[in-house]
Amino acid sequence: MYETHYHRASSVEDAAALFAKGSDAKFLAGGQTLLPVMKQRLAAPTDVVDLAKIPAMIGVEVSGDTVTIKAATTHYDVATNTALQKTLPALAHLAGMIGDPAVRYRGTIGGSLANNDPAADYPAAVLALNATVKTNKRSISAEDFFKGLFTTALEDGEIITAVSFPVPAKAGYAKFRHPASRFALTGVFVAKSKSGDVRVAATGASQNGVMRVPSIEQALKANWSASALDGIKVSADGLMSDIHGAADYRANLIKVMAQRAVTEAG
Amino acid sequence: MGVEGIGASVVRKEDRRFITGKGRYVDDIKLQGMTHAHFVRSPHAHAKVKGIDSSAALKMPGVVAVLTGQQIVDDKVGNLICGWAIHSKDGTPMKMGAWPAMAPETVRFVGQAVAVVIAETKNQAKDAAEAVVVDYEELPAASDIRAAIAPGAPQLHPEAPGNVVYDWEIGDKNATNEAFSKAANVVTLELTNNRLVPNAMEPRAAIGDYNDAEEHFTLYTTSQNPHVARLVLSAFYNIAPEHKLRVIAPDVGGGFGSKIFIYPEEMVALWASKKVNRPVKWTGDRTEAFLTDAHGRDHLTKAELAFDKDNKILGLRVSTHANFGAYMSLFSSSVPTYLYATLLSGQYNIPAIYAEVMGVYTNTSPVDAYRGAGRPEASFVIERLMETSARQLKVDPAELRRKNFVTVFPHQTPVIMAYDIGDFNASLDAALKTIDYAGFPARQAKAKSEGKLRGIGFSCYIEACGIAPSKAVGSLGAGVGLWESAEVRVNPVGTIEILTGSHSHGQGHETTFSQLIAERLGVPISQVQIIHGDTDKVQFGMGTYGSRSLAVGGSAIIKAMEKVEAKAKKIAAHALEASEDDIVIENGEFKVTGTDKSIALPMVALAAYTAHNLPDGMEPGLKESAFYDPSNFTFPAGTYICELEVDPGTGKTSFVNFVAADDFGRLINPMIVEGQVHGGLTQGIGQALLEGAVYDSTGQLVTASFMDYAMPRADDVPSYKLQHTTTLCPGNPLGVKGCGEAGAIGASAAVINAITNAIGNNKLEMPATPDRVWHAIHGQA
Repeated sequence: MYETHYHRASSVEDAAALFAKGSDAKFLAGGQTLLPVMKQRLAAPTDVVDLAKIPAMIGVEVSGDTVTIKAATTHYDVATNTALQKTLPALAHLAGMIGDPAVRYRGTIGGSLANNDPAADYPAAVLALNATVKTNKRSISAEDFFKGLFTTALEDGEIITAVSFPVPAKAGYAKFRHPASRFALTGVFVAKSKSGDVRVAATGASQNGVMRVPSIEQALKANWSASALDGIKVSADGLMSDIHGAADYRANLIKVMAQRAVTEAG
Repeated sequence: MGVEGIGASVVRKEDRRFITGKGRYVDDIKLQGMTHAHFVRSPHAHAKVKGIDSSAALKMPGVVAVLTGQQIVDDKVGNLICGWAIHSKDGTPMKMGAWPAMAPETVRFVGQAVAVVIAETKNQAKDAAEAVVVDYEELPAASDIRAAIAPGAPQLHPEAPGNVVYDWEIGDKNATNEAFSKAANVVTLELTNNRLVPNAMEPRAAIGDYNDAEEHFTLYTTSQNPHVARLVLSAFYNIAPEHKLRVIAPDVGGGFGSKIFIYPEEMVALWASKKVNRPVKWTGDRTEAFLTDAHGRDHLTKAELAFDKDNKILGLRVSTHANFGAYMSLFSSSVPTYLYATLLSGQYNIPAIYAEVMGVYTNTSPVDAYRGAGRPEASFVIERLMETSARQLKVDPAELRRKNFVTVFPHQTPVIMAYDIGDFNASLDAALKTIDYAGFPARQAKAKSEGKLRGIGFSCYIEACGIAPSKAVGSLGAGVGLWESAEVRVNPVGTIEILTGSHSHGQGHETTFSQLIAERLGVPISQVQIIHGDTDKVQFGMGTYGSRSLAVGGSAIIKAMEKVEAKAKKIAAHALEASEDDIVIENGEFKVTGTDKSIALPMVALAAYTAHNLPDGMEPGLKESAFYDPSNFTFPAGTYICELEVDPGTGKTSFVNFVAADDFGRLINPMIVEGQVHGGLTQGIGQALLEGAVYDSTGQLVTASFMDYAMPRADDVPSYKLQHTTTLCPGNPLGVKGCGEAGAIGASAAVINAITNAIGNNKLEMPATPDRVWHAIHGQA
């Protein structure tokens, strides 16, 4: 690791100010990506601004038809939140499947979304549930937030403060783990909104990061059941291909994981 | 004898310090004035080094020195050696290219060191290493066997035309061809034995410490065989004379073969400590381990088995290409030859065998022994062939094996090995019973009704362990003898120290070896100290690998112990005024048989050291040493049966049951044996399902971290069911055969046989990832 300056921010405003002062600053939340990258000398921020202890950025709120998860809430806290487990169990389930216990105790939803790793779990939930990403400057719809591999709509110095999810009628998440990293080789989040809209998002599969799967959405809208997807063939165009999964295999996984997510959603 | 003797599952003595974080590893050692080394490594798989500019690096904070490959050549440090001479079919010796510890002119794999920065701290050394400017002229690379032997392939070493190190053969070609010409059936199989990264938990590390006043060197190193390291460093690398070099291998966190070899980094740390006249520490990180530890396996093989009309094997023909990487590592030449082809007979009567092996240079990390070393590759060939044959001949795979088992011992195979003893039917029967083979069809049908593909697969492995009879290996080209030494010291107060040339890096020697003493003397193992891993304490030894430590090292201890006992009995008889023939040893006492007269061990020991009342002419003291050279290899063998399910939707494999029925001869500590088998099986399953080192066509290692190289985790492997059948090894006084490698040797074939059985497609390469299995079920898209 190169030498850097560490700052613990006391508030969102403090964090933004500290960031602006650094010449090449980075925000640190759970550090599950940034710190390994720094240790490998692949990143060399002059300043690291720690968001993880800002009280206003931690917690899960369930209010009517909306779930709000503040950005520095850890995966562990999301997975074990009893109100969330009742209201939006698929999201708690997803958080409980991220990484391993050590990762879940440190990693945060805001960090995951800001990093937008193409194999991260949360982006699938955010996109399928049509959530809104709230920052210190604005609200960004899920549709507008994800811009490709490790790329988001966030501007330099912009801080995710919370994510709000409309509570769906049904939702489920199933992922097939990468044999080595245990990230999603492909993970699929399916959601049926209370108005009957169906959205399906896949992570780990596309060369452009999290993606919606229209053919599966249409089939599930017509018939919300795993068997409704039996005849679907997802196109392999634009999907990732590597030693752990060829594009056609990932295309198959999108369908099979969607079926399993629907079964889980009930 | 006693609760801590042979056969007792005593809790491991060494685990208290390991699991409380008190183990002392090389990186824990901090010497006065110690500097830190960081290597400048090639980012290219093949390139000319046109120049190295260290001027900027030398000006950086804390930098003590920047040393280059040219300096190591100028100092006449020897090139790395390969210690086993292999000759090609035409009688020519193997064709080796030079391997300097740091490359002065040409780099041949990604990660090869060209220079080293020595600085006050590790971070300063890393910073300065980035400032060393190396001018490379890139050359085309050959990153796998096929690329290296293709016409017009990039040439790695001028000494090895066509990148061929040797083209070796074993067995009777004509007799084998004749067997095939008479065959009723021939079964043919093409196999890849995938390349593996050993991944010991502790990365390699070294501290070189030159003492100017004494002109003496000490090397602390992560070694499985510190004496061999000292021998090679002094006799071949000219860094220090043997009597001026102490090598210490303290606690070592796993090796699996990868720490047998003396690597460039250890050489450089030692050499550099004299250059800078300060201790020099290098601790590798995980990336360096992936890039520079000797990898394992990496064979391409075509194999054919000939059967008569009664399904008896007539002959076996095998042609293998073995990847050596860019340089010949210390024992690499022996692995795909004498450690591989000599085991191709498996557990079977095969009248004629012919095998040829072509060893090939590629622009990849060197390849050498890794848990099993040649024997897993052999076992995979014959056991995949047997399973395939059963399918092709439409006979039960267990019965086909049984029909061809060797049942009369000793048995001379056509490929050197003479099996001393075994009972292959016994281990097969034990495994069949444990897995309820008769009930498999019903279980398979039930799984099918639940949408799962269930399969069962066998592997009846045999290995040659207890490595090795020195004369035999010498006649086959080995540069060293493979005996072991031991010294037994009974201290004046009756406690006992055992000095052994074996080295424990996870195997539990401190416990197992102590149990040998507990058995002989009836003393608790807490009174016994095992001393190893220090060339100043232990006179000589050949180290630990090849499942040799108990069969060879333990036998040396027994031999020394017998001498101690003989002398102690004389002292006891003298003190008790009895005949030494009447003295028996029980529970730490020397007793006159048939009387109530006895003298305790501490009193005998004290008498030996006070020497006030010893038999006339007897030397004082109670300390004996012995060398033990085995008369043959040992032959652990067994049957593994794997039952698993494949999810046709994802291609994912889930284990239902895994039975291992092993014959290791006598078990000293059954709990430790079980642990060794669990670890070995897990590595074998890792090879079958998960692990694979992949280089891209430019020679970059794609799987250079655990994010892409899949190591088995606890939930990847089943809860094993272990069985033991026993035939005592006649070749050593303990009757033991060795257990460290069996699991890794036998498991992978059982897994692949089971998956291919489940999916009904025999064409499946390792690692059988879900992607590959899914494609094997559904065909290529």
